[in-house]
Amino acid sequence: MKYSALSLLRAGLGGHKDWPRAWRDPDPKPHYDVIIIGGGGHGLTTAFYLAAVHGVRKVAVLERSWIGGGNTGRNTTIVRSNYRLPQLHALMELSLKRWEGMSDEINYNVMFSQRGALFLGHSDSDMLQLAQKGDAMRADGIDADLMTRDQVARLIPLLDVSSTARYPVQGGLIQRRGGTARHDAVAWGYARAADRLGVDIIQNCEVTGMDITGGRITGVQTSRGAIGADRVGIAVAGNSGRVAALADLRLPIESHLLQAFVSEPVKPMIDTVIMTQSLHCYISQSDKGEIVLGGDPDAYPTYSQRGAPHIIEKAAAEALALVPALSRLRMLRSWAGTTDMSFDGSPFIDATPVEGLYFNGGWCYGGFKATPGSGWLFAHLLARGESHPVAAPFRLDRFETGHTMDEPGVGPMPQNR
Amino acid sequence: MMLIPCPHCGPRAHAEFTFDRPVEAITRPDETPDALVRNLFSRDNPRGPSRELWRHTYGCRSWITLTRDTATHAITDVRPVGADA
Ligand SMILES: Cc1cc2nc3c(=O)[nH]c(=O)nc-3n(C[C@H](O)[C@H](O)[C@H](O)COP(=O)(O)OP(=O)(O)OC[C@H]3O[C@@H](n4cnc5c(N)ncnc54)[C@H](O)[C@@H]3O)c2cc1C
Ligand SMILES: [Zn+2]
Repeated sequence: MKYSALSLLRAGLGGHKDWPRAWRDPDPKPHYDVIIIGGGGHGLTTAFYLAAVHGVRKVAVLERSWIGGGNTGRNTTIVRSNYRLPQLHALMELSLKRWEGMSDEINYNVMFSQRGALFLGHSDSDMLQLAQKGDAMRADGIDADLMTRDQVARLIPLLDVSSTARYPVQGGLIQRRGGTARHDAVAWGYARAADRLGVDIIQNCEVTGMDITGGRITGVQTSRGAIGADRVGIAVAGNSGRVAALADLRLPIESHLLQAFVSEPVKPMIDTVIMTQSLHCYISQSDKGEIVLGGDPDAYPTYSQRGAPHIIEKAAAEALALVPALSRLRMLRSWAGTTDMSFDGSPFIDATPVEGLYFNGGWCYGGFKATPGSGWLFAHLLARGESHPVAAPFRLDRFETGHTMDEPGVGPMPQNR
Repeated sequence: MMLIPCPHCGPRAHAEFTFDRPVEAITRPDETPDALVRNLFSRDNPRGPSRELWRHTYGCRSWITLTRDTATHAITDVRPVGADA
């Protein structure tokens, strides 16, 4: 069924009781051309583009719990391409362009809202770094505007820009095409669109082993039995190391934890995404009206999805100092996700030493924005067996060859970024 | 929040400590380049017990090693650095 204003009206007249299910619930087939492990945004977009762009239709996405229940459904949904390095410009801008056409492409409203992504500068050196980043972006054809303090104050009236502010605001760098989206809708929308092209979305199906003969993958073992495949793609975010270990691979990844928290819903008060160059706190308002807040990662390896309160306290203190009006809000809930931290902060989209086995991961705490681009590039790799030029730098062996892409320039330890 | 028993100071809040690296990633000057790259830039990344190097940064500032379960956060066998068997 195609979703439209008319279908909404028709279903509304029937009391919304007759919506058909959005995707099938198939049992696994004995064999697929391609199996994707992980039903997050990256796995689902990969499956969709395999079918839609490359004509590979015998595809299954295996998800151990429910689709979008990993970091896709836990993130603060900030979408932007305001990076410094050219390789990341190419990757994130390819992705941002796909966001701009996403709702039409998959006939599903992902509520992508280009409300602007603003980085605040709090000092001369902040402003210098923001100006450099803005120049680098514009040189690569990406929109970026440096703003004065007065312009920032007009954009976000509730921001404390006074000279006595705890974190004085000197100005900022805005990417107006940045914004937020509805995270669950991205998972559901791509699942539905892929399903309509024949992709099997198989939930409650955990991959527990890999069948490898003579250095080549022939299929996977799962909680729902053995499934054969010509090619297998891994897209499991925080569980990258555990799934790769099933094929005896060690990755340049540590699994860490990032928390986020939201307030009770209120009327619109912040209509831009606020981030800062010096602090580790970001603020936006969801379409439901909740203030969405995030801060530093917890900075040690963990699979617990349960963070420490002092991290939240710090992010909350910074947010209150920036937007004092937030002090009146009650917080509703906090949660965490297991993030796949790479050693230079950049991701991997690459073949592995096992023939037919491919890897997508290392997106750290910033891969939601990359969801459609990542799927686009991973599908290319899985369908053709060779990297798309934009994905080519994101190799697994770049540390030993010295081709790291360290966006903030902070060195190799995952807990420092 | 973890409670980490510093061998010098006793049980202290996790906020006083910083994680450095899994013990497997500690490198020695006499390692071959291949071993160095492997230890620095790849990880077992286990879900379960992991031997790790931490520092009591906002306390006695000592380096310590401990075994921490990365799923439950249970901490055992904390020693001053260098006292590993
Ligand atoms: C709190 C938080 C805030 C964030 N904020 C932002 C942000 O504002 N902007 C941004 O761009 N990024 C953000 N991120 C990062 C972003 O969420 C992730 O990089 C991105 O969503 C990863 O998508 P994915 O599809 O790779 O992973 P996931 O959505 O985690 O999907 C992986 C799936 O694999 C499944 N899986 C794991 N093991 C197996 C197995 N053995 N067999 C089968 N399935 C398995 C999991 O159940 C999971 O559903 C944030 C992350 C967190 C935790
Ligand atoms: Zn101590």
